Parts: sequence; structure tokens; C-alpha cells
Amino acid sequence: MLSAVELREAIAEHVRDGMTVALEGFTHLIPFAAGHELIRQGRRELTLVRMTPDLIYDQLIGMGCARKLIFSYGGNPGVGSLHRFRDAVENGWPGPLEIIEHSHAGLANAYAAGAANLPFGVLRGYAGTDLVEHNDQVASVACPFTGEQLSAVRAVRPDVSVIHAQQADRHGNVLLWGLAGVQKEAVLAAGAAIATVEEIVEELDPPPHSVILPAWTIAAVCHVPGGAHPSYAAGYSVRDNDFYSAWDEISRDRDRFGDWMREHVLEEVPA
Amino acid sequence: MSATEAAVEVSPEELLTINAARELRDGQVCLVGVGPPNAAANLARRLQAPGCVLVYESGAIGAQPVRLPLSIGDDDLAATALELVSVVEMFNFWIGGGRIDVGFLGAAQIDSHANLNTTAIGSYEHPKVRLPGAGGAPEIAACAKSVIVIVRHSPRTFVERLDFVTSLAHKRGHTVVITDLGVLRPADDGELELVAVHPGVDVAQIQEATGWDLRIAAEVDHTPPVTRHELNELRDLRASAGR
Repeated sequence: MLSAVELREAIAEHVRDGMTVALEGFTHLIPFAAGHELIRQGRRELTLVRMTPDLIYDQLIGMGCARKLIFSYGGNPGVGSLHRFRDAVENGWPGPLEIIEHSHAGLANAYAAGAANLPFGVLRGYAGTDLVEHNDQVASVACPFTGEQLSAVRAVRPDVSVIHAQQADRHGNVLLWGLAGVQKEAVLAAGAAIATVEEIVEELDPPPHSVILPAWTIAAVCHVPGGAHPSYAAGYSVRDNDFYSAWDEISRDRDRFGDWMREHVLEEVPA
Repeated sequence: MSATEAAVEVSPEELLTINAARELRDGQVCLVGVGPPNAAANLARRLQAPGCVLVYESGAIGAQPVRLPLSIGDDDLAATALELVSVVEMFNFWIGGGRIDVGFLGAAQIDSHANLNTTAIGSYEHPKVRLPGAGGAPEIAACAKSVIVIVRHSPRTFVERLDFVTSLAHKRGHTVVITDLGVLRPADDGELELVAVHPGVDVAQIQEATGWDLRIAAEVDHTPPVTRHELNELRDLRASAGR
């Protein structure tokens, strides 16, 4: 039987300083509320994994929570730069940030390998690019059947993965639909998974294009309506594109960023 | 072309987007990225390619957005898509599997062989400008049957040597580079060649905006002037983004 916990408790119980943590959601269903809770609890020295760091990792990086970032596209989609990410890489502010960067195909396959409990994933990409020489998690491998040279990516195994989903039922089974990103892979690759959900229902009635993560794959379910904003949850909200555009100005300046985070995250008492 | 149509004034961005949209043919399966490619592909659907199949790397196959999406994961894409797949499936089965006819790419730097940099300006360890990085570009460049590169023409962008090689966009006979000044395609040996200029642009101007000694085709075409219809459709599409 599901006993939904407070997000504050779930983060405090499962995430410690220095852990490898993945907050996944490919544009859709990004677990912003959980990221904000990590910031409020002052987590430090995290290795953050996400295909698209997006605004949530821009905020975590700018607030000094990260030591290392594993990613594949560090932009504000359709808008431009992630200024806090850039400031960390270009100027080491607020501290040095080690980066391991993949292509989308590379990191997606690294998650899939992690979920499959395999040491590496395999793909054709990376050949001829400079990505290989700057990423020790990528290597060349020969196909044992044809001899073809392929790329191997080391599996990603987060200590904790966090996702946001539309619903959980009273048993704790988690349902998400719409663009499903790499959430299933991130959850199954992780040592423990936390899911925040829009709604807790008596029984799931999965629409088309659904992903269900059984209760026994999720360590904690937290009821956090609106927990993906300014990202969105199909069926519950739409992407706040105006905020994504506004973030460009808010995040450009260190002080303005700090003020915004204080007002909207640090001093915000979650419901 | 009537006199009034010839007088249509367009921004460099609009010129580039409209010429990129013209490259798409009806029925093609097209992988769309963020920014100008997104506008070009959706414009083509309103013009000569209504049956163009839009695929977004976020997992939407056959999306038919009514509004111009800001990101590749907007709600409108998922709501109108024929199929939604995970990102792993998208890259392994659909892009890596060779099922994309046309891929759009942008870049901060491009060299004479259509190699692209979207990673960093300056050194990788201490970049002057840290760019977003690879995203889906290396696989799109490697696996799509043809590639349309959309890029503004300037010596800062068209460089002799890339600061970082993110993607290799060269495909013999299947790569086209559309800029706000003209159109380039790879010659038989793979080096880009200027094949067309936009109205009012001369070859010398393009050479000046290119950071290497640009190869010029024996016969350089002129792209047709932008029509009022094309421009109206593009502006209406852009206005739809805020609706």
C-alpha cells in the first residue's frame, strides 16, 4: 500500500552529498520541485546527470550543488545559453565544474546499459568527432562478428534518479504519458528512484503512449502537483515558454540570479 | 515575378529560413532541431510540402504542430504526433536505424568540408564561449540520408579550422548549406562550393564573409526572390508561437 512521503523527507533520506544523481525528463516532466528541494537542503559535491541540463541544472549549478556534470545538450531550448552553466565552465563560478559530455545517442545508450545491468552500451556515433578525446567514458570497440569499429559508452548508474510523473495509484505504481524521454531507463539504472506525481488516484487508467513503473522499482512517491513547472505535465499543464524566455535575463547576472533563487526557491515553503 | 513581389523586404533570418524550407519535398521524413530548422520545417509544411513527416528527437514522430513550438518537446508536438517513442528508441531505431530522409543542423562554426562546431569557441578546457554541445547533431549528421545546414554567413562562422569538431555533416551530393547570402554544396572531392547567391548579393561579398578561399561553381545561380506568400506564411507561423 502506498504511503506517499513529503518531498523534503524523500530527498533527505535518499540523497547525500557527493552522490551521483539524475533528474530526468526530456523537456517534458522535468522534476523542478525536487531540484529545488535539493537546493534548499544545501546538497554539495553532486555529480549531476541529465541529457539536457535545462533550467533546473542551471539553477543547481549556480547555487553550488554540483561538482561534476554528465550531459549531452547544455542549452536553453529555443532560447539560447544556460548562463549559470556557462559561467561555471568559462569562469569556474561559483566553483569549478568538471564536465563529461556525450551526444544524445551516447548518453541515452549509457542509461539503457545501466538499466540492463550491462557495463557499456554500443552505437555507431562519435566517429571522427572531437567528443571522443575529451570523454573517457567513450571508447572504440570492434564488433566480434563483423569486425566493424563501433563506439562503446560506459553505463550510467546513478545513486538516485528522480522523475516527475502524472499519477501514482494507491499501490505506488507510477504512470507517465506523453514524451517519455529516458525516465524508464534512468529509474531502472539507479540504486534508488524518487517519483513526484501530479495526482494520486485509486486506480490507474493508462492512456496511449504510457509508461508504467511498478511500485517495486520506486523507493519513494511524493505528491507534488505542479512539480514540473516551468516544464509541464501533459494533461495537467502546458510548458511555460514565457518563463523559459525570461530565464535568459534572470540568469545572465550573478546577483539577479541569486536574488531570484532566494525569493522563489530558498524562501519558498513548499506546500 | 511581379514588381510588387520583387520589392518584398526580408530580414536575413527570414531569407535563410525560407530558402531552407524550399529544400524540403513533400513526403520526406524530416528530423527537426531547435531554432531556425524548426521554423523552416514547419514553413515547408504550409508551402510545398504539406505531407512532410516531422520527427523531433524528443520522441515525437509525425508531429503536426499548429503553433510554432519553442522547444523540441512542446506539448503541441506530443499531442499531434502519430507516435511517441522513448529517446533511446528515437536514436537507436529511427535516427541510428537510417529512417530519416533529411536532417537539419545549425552551427556556431563550419569549415570547408561542412564539419560543424556546436561545442565551444576557443579551447575546450578554457572556452571563450561555451556552446550548448552536441545534442542529437552527430547522429543526425552521420545517419540522415541528407543534411541541410542552416547558418548565418560571416568570417566568424565560416572558419578555416574549427575550434572543436562536434559533427561531420558531409555526405557526397546530399549536403546543402543555406546561408543568408547564398547556397553551398560539396563538390565531388567534398569541398564546399558556392552554387547560388540570393538576390542582390554578389560573389565577392560571400568570399569576404568566408574565412577561407571559397571555391566558386563554374555557374553560380540566383535563388528566386522571396514571395509575399512565403513571407506572410513565415510571419504568421512565428506569430503563432505566442498564441
